[in-house]
Amino acid sequence: MKTDPRTPVLEIENLCISYFTRAGEIPAVIDFNLTIYEGESVGLVGESGCGKSTVAMAIMRYLGSNGGIVGGSIRFKGRDIVSMSDEELRQMRGSEVAMIYQEPMAALNPSLTIGAQLMEVPIVHEGVSEQEAYDRSRQMLGDVKLPDADRVMAAYPHQISGGQQQRVVIAMALLSKPSLLLLDEPTTALDVTVEAGIIDLIAEIAKKSGTAQVFISHNLGLVRETCDRICVMYSGEAVETGTISDVFTQMRHPYTRGLFGAIPLPSANKNDRPLVAIRGQLPLPHQRPQGCNFGPRCDYFQEGVCAPAPVPMRDVPSEVDPHQSRCNRFETIDWDAPLSAGKVNEPIEPGEPVLVVDGMRKYYELHDRSIKAMLSGDGVRYVKANETLSFSARKAEIVAIVGESGCGKSTFAKVLMGLETASEGTITFNGDEIESTEVQDRPREQVASLQMVFQNPNDTLNPSMTIGGQISRVIRKFGVEADPDKVHDRVMRLLDMVKLPRDFYHRRPRQLSGGQKQRVGVARAFAGNPAMVIADEPVSALDVSVQAAVTELLMDIQREHGTTLLFISHDLSVVRYLSDRIVVMYLGQIMEQGTTDEIFAPPYHPYTEALLSAVPIADTTVDKRKIVLEGNLPSVVNPPIGCPFHTRCPRKIGAICADKRPPVHTVSSTHAIACHIPLDELKRVEPVFFDVIPSTPPTDGAPTRTTRAQ
Amino acid sequence: MVASAETAEPETQRQSGLTRVIKAIGLLRESPVGMIGAGIVLAWVVAAILAPMLAPFDPNATIMPFQRPGAVDPASGATFWLGTDKIGRDILSRIIYGGRRVLIYGPIATIAAYAVGIIMGLAAGYFRGWWDAVLSRVSDIVLSFPIFVLYVIVISTFGASGLNIVLAIIFASAPGIMRIVRGLTLDLRNRDYVAASQTRGESSLYIMFVEILPNARGPLIVDACLRLGYVTITIGTLGFLGLGLPPPDPDWGGMVNENRALAPAFPHMIVYPCLAISSLVLGLNLLADGLREIAIRD
Repeated sequence: MKTDPRTPVLEIENLCISYFTRAGEIPAVIDFNLTIYEGESVGLVGESGCGKSTVAMAIMRYLGSNGGIVGGSIRFKGRDIVSMSDEELRQMRGSEVAMIYQEPMAALNPSLTIGAQLMEVPIVHEGVSEQEAYDRSRQMLGDVKLPDADRVMAAYPHQISGGQQQRVVIAMALLSKPSLLLLDEPTTALDVTVEAGIIDLIAEIAKKSGTAQVFISHNLGLVRETCDRICVMYSGEAVETGTISDVFTQMRHPYTRGLFGAIPLPSANKNDRPLVAIRGQLPLPHQRPQGCNFGPRCDYFQEGVCAPAPVPMRDVPSEVDPHQSRCNRFETIDWDAPLSAGKVNEPIEPGEPVLVVDGMRKYYELHDRSIKAMLSGDGVRYVKANETLSFSARKAEIVAIVGESGCGKSTFAKVLMGLETASEGTITFNGDEIESTEVQDRPREQVASLQMVFQNPNDTLNPSMTIGGQISRVIRKFGVEADPDKVHDRVMRLLDMVKLPRDFYHRRPRQLSGGQKQRVGVARAFAGNPAMVIADEPVSALDVSVQAAVTELLMDIQREHGTTLLFISHDLSVVRYLSDRIVVMYLGQIMEQGTTDEIFAPPYHPYTEALLSAVPIADTTVDKRKIVLEGNLPSVVNPPIGCPFHTRCPRKIGAICADKRPPVHTVSSTHAIACHIPLDELKRVEPVFFDVIPSTPPTDGAPTRTTRAQ
Repeated sequence: MVASAETAEPETQRQSGLTRVIKAIGLLRESPVGMIGAGIVLAWVVAAILAPMLAPFDPNATIMPFQRPGAVDPASGATFWLGTDKIGRDILSRIIYGGRRVLIYGPIATIAAYAVGIIMGLAAGYFRGWWDAVLSRVSDIVLSFPIFVLYVIVISTFGASGLNIVLAIIFASAPGIMRIVRGLTLDLRNRDYVAASQTRGESSLYIMFVEILPNARGPLIVDACLRLGYVTITIGTLGFLGLGLPPPDPDWGGMVNENRALAPAFPHMIVYPCLAISSLVLGLNLLADGLREIAIRD
């Protein structure tokens, strides 16, 4: 399969990039080497600030006015990019090297049609006629699997969905037939099931057109699905490179290993195999340690070996492919020793129901003020944000609500917190009906016992108040303590609880890292001894190694206090790891609910099945069936009649799906599925996940079966 | 409710508030433009405070009319550095004392306009709904008026006094400030920390003034600086139109007005007061630029 000698498309040698700021020169990338051959895709993985995007920007020479290449060379097809003139660069960018960014809407011009923007590429770069440009663009839209290419050509960017926009951006990049495609987190802004389709497409491009790719991501699962080789970066340096199978199964750098220990692989389990966070945090560029950058966070650090001399990239003996690691001790480390957090947690027995939701509905009125609507009398339409939700959560239990954007999980949280009131149905919390009481009218104890951890670490704390001030405000507000000394004392104990140093009391949010801010958010939520905490994607905005630490912390506190945790997320791998029960929602309705094991094994609701299949898995011993959903997420303003999922359902059985609300099958006392398909048939569905025989290198895609029903 | 929140603020916060002001001044030193602006403004402030020591003559004393700059007063032997006006008052002394007037009424009017604009903007942006509809329409109506017609009507109706000038400026500036505050509030109210305070049952007043307003201060400080410049121009213009503070106390705009008929023959009578106004406005604008530079970098 690999032709040798292959022609390298991109050769990066000893690349050093620095940013020049008021504070002086800050090295962003140090001694970076990478060679990419034709048709190969290389994944660049690392946490924020590790320099992965800087490398991509350097390849395009888009470093900005304060960045510069201070050493080494970048050669694109043998030509030196560093010394290219502006004219040569302009020729190269867009026609030979194309870049795809995270935010598709920002890459498209909102005032031009998609067609005009696509046609511009061949017209400018190749000078073809308008007719030919149109034909090529239309053809390319078909190639990126956009249905109805004519409509898309005439549409403006805002008229198509985010997933379609990203496909258009990819089409635009491919139109110039580039030899190298740079993808910078191309799916981060998209929903999981939409992401699965894009990832499928990206993986196909390299195979079909022979375009070399650099795929930048923080998600190891995505890299496994799209790339041949991986380059793990840490604090400006590549720390390990090799083929996917080498690095994923025989990693030879403690950081890579730490990353794998920190992500919820299918084998992780909150009770006997908890996640292991990498201790400490990424050093700031001007505070890097001497020697190995990872040294201060590494369990194998040895003075004299790992520091003070810089650690070079060294070859790891490997049968076929080059495998390198920036670790001086990789020969002496026992890589097979299980990575363990050194703790085993007792499973907790859930107690009495704390929260009972029964037939809860939340409709928003939408007033149509047009004259036509007034005359016909349908001036008011309803957005059915939550449709007949019924489920319960017991004491000390972790219940996850899973769904994509628009599924109504945030609306539900608002109703629960008393920021909105329910339109119908009841929510019973600790024996009190709370569905129509706004937060101001709730008794103080009730407000204190139902608290929330928010998603965005940069938003969760008020930037102009000190940490101590914010936590003590909550303590006083909930009447936990009133005496200033006791309040101060309690804040200190809460800081201890979330494992933050006590002198953070006087700090302001901007002096904290994302993970630390999220810890303060946890401390604030637990300040009033809540019976139940709603966590709205509490770790999704954090770096992988920090995610594990915050997840574990949240669970430890929850376990210790017997708190019920309602965990809202779109990430099924995290959900599988921590929750006891899962509620799957789609467009405001519950499609399936059950214990975690029940959700992850057949029978599935077809939507759950697609959602499971969309989860990128970074474990090479597990593979999955691929189900790529067609179509877009429908709008909540105009949801499909009948089963909300019928417009995208690969198992749709006929008109009944579009006409009637599906019946709820009771699989067991805890497991229920809302679907028209008979339960027996659903039970016959194969599991989404299956083990692969470890000897097969999974990167060649051999054991991957693709199901595209009907 | 609000009072309890503010009185209970820990002592540490106060201190760090002060240190941060010192730090902000330190930051301004990195912006040359801001430093020049701050220098000009500070020079005027010092001149106004030390006016009795700096001014060579009594600003209202009629000494010798029509003296050119540099002429010497034979009685006292002192120099009329900037000449004298048509009734013989020393222009330099009048400019120095005139600064007092602008630097007292300008900030008072601006701060008062901010107080009104902030309350309106917070209410419109936080409550939305009909609060927003009513307040925004009212401000649209005020903003759609030619501003000087407004001043002339207000002041000619209620008479020229310091209070009326301040009221007129509040009336004319508050809608613009309200729009800025409303925009910032609309953005800030969606932050998670606002949601967090809502979910713990904080009052709307607490959320608006403690959670939202302090985080809007960056753009507001920059705007306040610029607006102080506009208010300076306004006070000057009102003085020129004869709607300023009643004579005989010196007023920059008034000085231009009194002597404008003689300008072709004695340009110094109006050039120097004009320069005084423009330099102060320029200083404030440069200071605003510097502050903006720092705000962006932060």
